[in-house]
Amino acid sequence: MQTPFLQQLQQLSQTTRAPLVTTDEAQLKPLLKKHKINDQEYKTLLQIVGRQPTLAELGVFSAMWSEHCSYKSSKIHLKKLPTEGSEVVVGPGENAGVVRLSGKLCAAFKMESHNHPSYIEPYQGAATGVGGILRDVFCMGARPVANLNSLRFGHREHPRTHYLFANVVKGIGDYGNCVGIPTVAGSVSFDKTYDGNILVNAMTVGLIHEDRIFKGFASGQHNLVVYVGSATGRDGIHGASMASDSFSSQASGERSTVQVGDPFAEKLLLEATLEVLDRGLVVGLQDMGAAGLTSSSFEMADRAGNGLYLNLDYVPTRAKNMSAYELLLSESQERMLMCVEPSRWDELQNCLRRWELPFAVIGIVTDTGRMQIVKNNVLEVDVLVAPLADSAPRYERPYVRPEPRFESDKSFRDLVRTLAAGELLKRILSEDGDKQAIYRQYDHHIGTKTVLGPEQQGAGLLWIRSEWAEAGDPYLGLAVATACNERYCAQDPLLGAAHAVLKCYRSIAATGAQPLAVTDCLNYGNPEDPKVMGQIVAGIDGIGMACRELGTPVVSGNVSLYNETDGVSIAPTPMIGMIGRHPDVRKGLPAVTERGGDLYVLRPKAVAYSFGGSLLAKVLDKGTTEAPPRIEWAAEREAAKILARWSQDQAVLAARDVGAGGVLTTIGKMLLATEHLGAQLELKGDPTVYFGESSATYLVLAAQGQTLSVVSDSLELVKVGHMLPSQKLTIDGQSLDLHAFRQASKASLLV
Amino acid sequence: MARTTSLGQTRIGLVQFPGSNCDADCVDAIKRLFAIDVQLVWHEATELPSLDGLILPGGFSYGDYLRGGALASCSRIMPAIKTFAAKGGPIIGICNGFQVLTESHLLPGILMKNAHQKFICEQVHLKVAAGHSGYHQRLEGQLYKVPIAHGEGRFYVSEPELARLQDKGQILFQYASTQGEVSSETNPNGAVANIAGIVSENGRILGMMPHPERATDPLLGSNDGKRILEAFLATVL
Repeated sequence: MQTPFLQQLQQLSQTTRAPLVTTDEAQLKPLLKKHKINDQEYKTLLQIVGRQPTLAELGVFSAMWSEHCSYKSSKIHLKKLPTEGSEVVVGPGENAGVVRLSGKLCAAFKMESHNHPSYIEPYQGAATGVGGILRDVFCMGARPVANLNSLRFGHREHPRTHYLFANVVKGIGDYGNCVGIPTVAGSVSFDKTYDGNILVNAMTVGLIHEDRIFKGFASGQHNLVVYVGSATGRDGIHGASMASDSFSSQASGERSTVQVGDPFAEKLLLEATLEVLDRGLVVGLQDMGAAGLTSSSFEMADRAGNGLYLNLDYVPTRAKNMSAYELLLSESQERMLMCVEPSRWDELQNCLRRWELPFAVIGIVTDTGRMQIVKNNVLEVDVLVAPLADSAPRYERPYVRPEPRFESDKSFRDLVRTLAAGELLKRILSEDGDKQAIYRQYDHHIGTKTVLGPEQQGAGLLWIRSEWAEAGDPYLGLAVATACNERYCAQDPLLGAAHAVLKCYRSIAATGAQPLAVTDCLNYGNPEDPKVMGQIVAGIDGIGMACRELGTPVVSGNVSLYNETDGVSIAPTPMIGMIGRHPDVRKGLPAVTERGGDLYVLRPKAVAYSFGGSLLAKVLDKGTTEAPPRIEWAAEREAAKILARWSQDQAVLAARDVGAGGVLTTIGKMLLATEHLGAQLELKGDPTVYFGESSATYLVLAAQGQTLSVVSDSLELVKVGHMLPSQKLTIDGQSLDLHAFRQASKASLLV
Repeated sequence: MARTTSLGQTRIGLVQFPGSNCDADCVDAIKRLFAIDVQLVWHEATELPSLDGLILPGGFSYGDYLRGGALASCSRIMPAIKTFAAKGGPIIGICNGFQVLTESHLLPGILMKNAHQKFICEQVHLKVAAGHSGYHQRLEGQLYKVPIAHGEGRFYVSEPELARLQDKGQILFQYASTQGEVSSETNPNGAVANIAGIVSENGRILGMMPHPERATDPLLGSNDGKRILEAFLATVL
């Protein structure tokens, strides 16, 4: 099998090199601009290559050094994040992060963005976003068990919103459902800040045995490099650089840069890959994601410290007359690159044939340290691997740290006090209400692990039945959540980012689980704007601070920059994904139960309610000078411990973290998630108390008459009423019909 | 086909098509509930092993290309499945499995795209309709809370065919309310007569859109699927 390649290698010095890129400034400048390579980067390129590059080489550098692939604007800041912990098995830098759950059982997880493609072609953009993150997880040998997604759309009345919303959700559902992974949690909001740039962040969690985590190395002299999966077409060319660029209202012809997905092919690829890894048939494996064949081959070669010789004539294609450039940069989906020893080649072929996956040997491993790629007897690429990876630009972009100043907003509070609570609740629920219209389109039961799904809790809780876990963990649970409050981030990029971590932490803690580790997807605007770069730096600081305080290291992540249209960047949106461990899913806490009972609020002593970035401010369309809620780390940690203990002791029936919209909104959502319950509440306040937002605040439901108490320096437990069969919500004596709230809530997604 | 074997020795097979994705759930459920090891049968086989019963699992065989179950019904294993059915071999087709059964005419009717044109995942309540098959006898008298998850679950037969199914008592499950009322309000996908599952004339082949293998523990939302799977195993023995 190696013979033809060895022969071609021997002839390489006699092979004609493809034409080099011109030195003529007039032609070179626009070419570089199109490839988003600036002057300094080009100088470095010339040093690495030692001559003018060929067009294919230029394309390779453009893709590998794009923001999306190289993290050039963020890398030096990302280094500051806490990434280590006793349970961390694989940290950032690999396809996914891996954390120990129990015994040898580990969870591999990561979040990724597909923002720009989804804005252009929402169905395929979102679908292939799911496909990409699934591959990142399963190409390490982890079987995916849960999908999550965080979506951000422009405001509801924006002419594109309906189209984007309907198609993104359908794209995610169709892809995930077909591959057969349950989608169990997520977050969504509609805001003007995303009018020109929607966000589609997809997260996957998979399970893997600690000793079988696979990393892709292209090692072993003259081992075969095998292309596996769907044929290559012209979809997605320059997808990586498109994702690293701002939109302008002028450019609408970018549809060809969006990849087209085939979830059936992905399912076959998933099964084949897991079987191949399980049987130890390959020494290297890398999925072809952003920058397709280019990035996968370079990554595999770089990891092994080797070189590769590839002949693109052998690549299976589904379009005619594709150039080397196109073949190298296409982001056609559902493809893998594998590196196999000749002795295992027959077994690998049989496996791939059984799964009906197209495959072809396209090259061999060499010891030259060079990437040498030929097509039609022309040497298209001939560069040293290591320098390309090592010299990826790393920018210390100038930044201006955000220094927000806040003060209590008396006029806002005075206004709020004059408004009717019922009216406000209705408006809030119309903005942030029932999400069934979304999650009913996602299979959330497949896998028979879902104990708490989107109907029951903010975080998903799965019952992991795995022989790899400790024998004493038959009811081990995996909790998963994703969130980011962009309004908090707009008010204060540092605190807002910390709040995103906290929101996930609280969602997971509310089930009684112990939060473990974090993945992130940092969505920001143009990093060349010092103000935006300042938001990024502050955001990373905020995440780092929260992860250190909460003991949840960051094990993987993604950065999406240039979310900007016509010079206007989105609000900073560092999306967080988190996993946790529950010792006994039989005791997992739902957000509410039809049984009803006594309702309590667990909150910091002398709790301070804020309106900075509040849902109320959004709904009233009023700015405010207030800060997002003050954070008290000790209280947060203690509250999580208390909930875990209550869950273990089965002392409470249900718990839910109080988020946007404050206590009354969360109570409203709990009631509307039941069929028969209403509530009688004594909140002893006014709308500032009902809707004010705070930290470390949870609603807890206990059996009627049971005395629940808490002994704590930082927290207090206050009984606020009862949930009981009723069609009414009574607040401090004022009785409101639930019907209107139910209507408003259901209409919130009739976009 | 009557045999006296202990439950654990019952030979149950499950056919895997490319794209089947509820196979592992079925195998796991049958093992957890009945301590039976399901034998996997690959779609390329031309013969079935000796089996007492056969499961066609849910999923997206062949990506649901053309129509759900359409391509799978042309698989190499299909003739052997038809032979098994002709001999009275018990078969349960779940979701995509139901689609395979209708596409290969082992059951009447067709599963069309949901009326509201969207995939739907939710818990439903199934009422047992009038009939005399072993399934009817074993399952009537209670409602079954079972999840559905499908984009093409809208069962359709012509009016005369529907009348025939009713006469012969072949309708097994209908989508109902928690109180057992069958109405358009309790119909998640527009299926004719709220039909969620039917049996063959001889009562030995069951096709249903809901997933009993997912309703196999209170922790998962319901244990009602156990009785349905037990009824399948009873058909087998």
